[in-house]
Order: sequence, then structure tokens, then C-alpha cells
Amino acid sequence: MNGDQMMRAHSATLPAPEFPNPAWVTPKPLSESTVAIVTSAALYATGDEGFTAGDTSYRFIDRSRRDLVLGHWSPNFDTAAVKMDLNVVYPIDRLEDLAASGVIGAVAPRHLSFAGNQPDDVATIRLDTGPAAAAALRHDGVDVVLLTPV
Amino acid sequence: MSVLAHVFEAAGIATIVLSSVREMAVKVAPPRALHCEFPLGRPLGRPNDAEFQLDVLSRAFALLEASAGPVLVDHPEVIEADEQPLACALPPRFDPSLPPAVDEARGLRKAYQRALERRGATSVGRVMVADGVPDALAVLHRIANGADWATAGLPGGNTVATCHDIRNYYEEAALELVDGPPPGGRAMEDWFFEQTEAGRTVLAARAAMRDAGAKFPIWFYMTPGQR
Repeated sequence: MNGDQMMRAHSATLPAPEFPNPAWVTPKPLSESTVAIVTSAALYATGDEGFTAGDTSYRFIDRSRRDLVLGHWSPNFDTAAVKMDLNVVYPIDRLEDLAASGVIGAVAPRHLSFAGNQPDDVATIRLDTGPAAAAALRHDGVDVVLLTPV
Repeated sequence: MSVLAHVFEAAGIATIVLSSVREMAVKVAPPRALHCEFPLGRPLGRPNDAEFQLDVLSRAFALLEASAGPVLVDHPEVIEADEQPLACALPPRFDPSLPPAVDEARGLRKAYQRALERRGATSVGRVMVADGVPDALAVLHRIANGADWATAGLPGGNTVATCHDIRNYYEEAALELVDGPPPGGRAMEDWFFEQTEAGRTVLAARAAMRDAGAKFPIWFYMTPGQR
């Protein structure tokens, strides 16, 4: 079993919170929507505060920044690809492409990064930092979020 | 990620998850998920391949057309992790009086510097700057040879952060030294742990700490779990 297979098998057994009455947003047309990226890769802009192990907070990444640092504490996934091309985790240039061609309405002014390795109940992210982050993106006029896991 | 999707959707934002663990996407059932069986750490699949990345995004955004959820769709392509170590030459021995890993890390310093200047960012810096990498390897070399890890002088006293900085220093330098197509999912990890003196030193120090009774999280997370 290689490292990816092992991590997938392990992750599949982790407890997961249930959402019995999930919210559902009917989006407006994509060509009129402002899109933001939310990643769990613990990326942060050079000079910003890094992540601690098990950090439940988040960082904003300004749309213009490409000088990002890997803040993840897990050694269990590939970290070479994102060094070659941020877009393999944080597809900011692809969103710019899609905005330029009119497929999406706009690229959000700032994006969000969380740390992926979390306590099993993810209670703080679910009840505290997650809603605060969502409110900030709503304030920015974000209509659609793309979530990219690491 | 799937949990955050529910949180953002509840705040009035339409969400799409690029799932990497299918069982978790089924259990947490985010409103819209595109499952991508790609190497972990590469949710868009292929670095330096804008066309492929746009294909992933196109399939993800198409899920917004569904009128009810949860929606879980699989990307049709599976990308396996590449287990062939990266082919990256290492510096020849320069100062035989030094532990091999210390000598090796010094030899990579210029390549690391080129990477830093080209990329404008580095992930080395959690507990040391790049010039501290050879010294950190000297500490791990002593631990591997029986020194007490708690008093050996690990940067920040933190094994996991020390190994993060060493591995990122090597990866950033290596990417300056290789040509050809981007390495596959585990190729860089295989190169570091199987072909570099630094990787061997980290593994030996980790084993020594485990055998000396260090607490599990202190030694285990110095390397990927399957090592």
C-alpha cells in the first residue's frame, strides 16, 4: 500500500459530523458570480502568521499574492507539486483565466486558507471560525466558493 | 472541506468541494462535490497543466446547475501516485570530516537560493532559516548515533517542524536541479527518504527516538506514516 492509499484508507475511517438538515443555495448564473477559493492546504502569504499544529484559525490570501508558504503540519502528502505550480492546490490563475473569458463573473478580492489536519470533531471550525470566515466572504460579495482539500 | 462546505452554504454561499477521500464525501454529504482520485496534495490533478486544471474546474462548476443535492460526481480520470523516485543528482562529497547529510545540505545551498529568488517565497522557516539546515542535520545525526534527543539541541525543540524545514529545503533545491516533466505524486518524497543522506538521517534519528521511548507524536510525524 503506497502513502496515498494508506492515507485514503485511514481518512475513510475517521468520524464525521452529520448535517441532518443541510442548507442549499440556488446560485445565480456563474457568469454573474464572484468566486473565491477556500483551501485546507494551510497556505499563507509570506510575512503573515503561520499555522500551529491543529490550528483552527484561517488566513486571508489577497487575490494578488503568489508568494505563498506551506503551513501544513502533516508530512503525509505530496508537497512538490504546489512548489511547481500553486494552481494545483490554489487555482487562482485559473480563476483569473475564467474571469477574463467571462465564464465566471469575478474573482473574489481575497481567498481563505485553513489547516487540513484538525481534531476529529472539527467543532471550532464548524461553529466558530468557519462561520466567521463565511461572513467575511459574504461581506466581499462572494457568491460561489470552491473548496480544495489537502 | 466537506464540513466547511455545509458552513459556507448555510451562510448563503454556493459551494463545490473537490473531494479527495470519497468515503468522507459520502458520509459528510456536502451540497456539491466532484470527487477527484488524484495524488493527495494535488486537488487539481496536474501541476503546470492549465488545460487539465480548467477541465477540473469546468466539471466542478457544472455541478452548480443541479437543482437539489447532495450531488457527488466522479472526475473520469484517475491519477495514480508515482512511486518512482525523482531523478535528481546530489552534490559530491566535499568535506569528508562532516557527517554525509551535513555535507550534502551545504552542497544544495546554491540551488536552494536560486529557488528562493525565482519563486519569491520559501516554506523553510518554521524553526530555522536555510543556513540552519546543515546544523539541524548534525543534531539529527547525533540523535541517530545515540545522543539524547531532548537535550541534543533540536531547533525550537520541535522534531516535526525541524523535519518540515529540512524536507522543504531539499524539495525546493531539487526542483532547481531537475528538468523534464513534473515529478509524480510521491516521487519527491521517495527521492528524499530513499536517496538523500538527509532522508536517511531523519529516518535513523526517528528510529532511535522511537527505540529510546520518545512519545509517539514526537517521532512518528517526522516522516510520512508509511515510512
